Amino acid sequence: MNQPFVCGSIETPAGKVPGVESKLNFRDRLGTYKVRWAIGRMRYRIDPGLYALGAPDADSPVLISANFKMSFDLLREALAGRNAWILVLDTDGINVWCAAGKGTFGTDELTRMVESSGLALVVRHRRVIVPQLGAPGISAHEVQKLSGFKVVYGPVRAADLPEFMDSGMKAGPGMRMKTFTTGERLSLVPVEMVHAFKTLLMVLPLVFLLSGFSGHGGFVSNALRFGGFAALGLIMAIAAGCLVTPVLLPWLPGKAFSLKGIWPGITCALLFLSMRNATRSLPAAGWLETAAWPLIIAGVSAYLAMNFTGCSTFTSLSGVKKEMRWAVPAQITAVALGAIFWITSIFV
Amino acid sequence: MGKLVYIKDVVTLQLDGEGCTGCAMCATVCPRAVFEISHSKARVADRDSCIECGACALNCPAGAVSVRAGVGCATAVINSMLGIKTSGCDCSIDQYELNEKIPAKGGGCC
Repeated sequence: MNQPFVCGSIETPAGKVPGVESKLNFRDRLGTYKVRWAIGRMRYRIDPGLYALGAPDADSPVLISANFKMSFDLLREALAGRNAWILVLDTDGINVWCAAGKGTFGTDELTRMVESSGLALVVRHRRVIVPQLGAPGISAHEVQKLSGFKVVYGPVRAADLPEFMDSGMKAGPGMRMKTFTTGERLSLVPVEMVHAFKTLLMVLPLVFLLSGFSGHGGFVSNALRFGGFAALGLIMAIAAGCLVTPVLLPWLPGKAFSLKGIWPGITCALLFLSMRNATRSLPAAGWLETAAWPLIIAGVSAYLAMNFTGCSTFTSLSGVKKEMRWAVPAQITAVALGAIFWITSIFV
Repeated sequence: MGKLVYIKDVVTLQLDGEGCTGCAMCATVCPRAVFEISHSKARVADRDSCIECGACALNCPAGAVSVRAGVGCATAVINSMLGIKTSGCDCSIDQYELNEKIPAKGGGCC
């Protein structure tokens, strides 16, 4: 009850149920924004249990959700102007699809929560609407056997729920398909960038330190001039793997994500080298340094692109394992070789 | 833009046509439109689109579908190999592979 988005409560035969509105306020939207930037993402959770959206009665539909607040907010926002019960499962603050994969959004948790919320007292019907992407964790026939409630799989996207419910629980064209549109891919970019930059911050001190030994000037001035450029090279590698690759994903050549990530990596490496050589305050890059950057930037970009498989909606574990068998050794070789070339170029 | 498809000829999806009762639950839960129902039987119509999430196997009342379910996530594979338990979205591959008795779990990871 004592949560900022709860407004009032509804009296039911199973006790008081906290009420919520479908309209999201500034605080809800700010929360979503922060999570997209990886701020408090693993702690963005609500209390599991039954909630009343609007003014539901014993005949209102029951929708199942996860206790990741973004999942819950997307659901209630989609149900504007409707009365419904929302039963929130305890998924440790993980979204429906991922939690279903882990089994925390699962048959056991659903039947346990139906029981503990007293749902059978609150509604007259015996039907719950489960998001389709919850199906990897839920066995519909098992739930019916264990709880007496029939599972109806709703659409993939919460936004399609009104149409789905109004057409007698029938999924229209496309409602059962998980897409991966440019907008969907872009929304995942900030979290990936933040994670990559955290790793970069650990490497940068070493990069600046080594750069101090470059050229003929003073140590500090060299560290800043050469190190600054090296940092730019690494930032461009992150941009290639975490931004350009996701945006251009459907059009980049290759099926393996590592392969897709190589093309933006090589492009960024060439761009970087031309910027490097156009800078008059620095001596032109020697052949060792010129060879180092494409290896480092393309290698890092391919690695980051490979890790985007987990964000994507169309990769299989068998495929990822097949890709990793050749891609991981290739990435390690490229980056290690590039690093050796770059460090050698400083000291020779 | 057509359907995005990952590496071909790798997935572990198996459908036992004999056991299928034609209830169409597999086609309902599949987010990749892998199944087609014709003449009251399910058929794997687009095998390479399968992401091995395991929803079909878990929701087949006849037990006619099987798949080695898991998350198609390189980070999870790396974390499992390095023994990292708590990072990012916390998926691990071991949970599927060590528990082969649990019929089907899986899904897209965060």
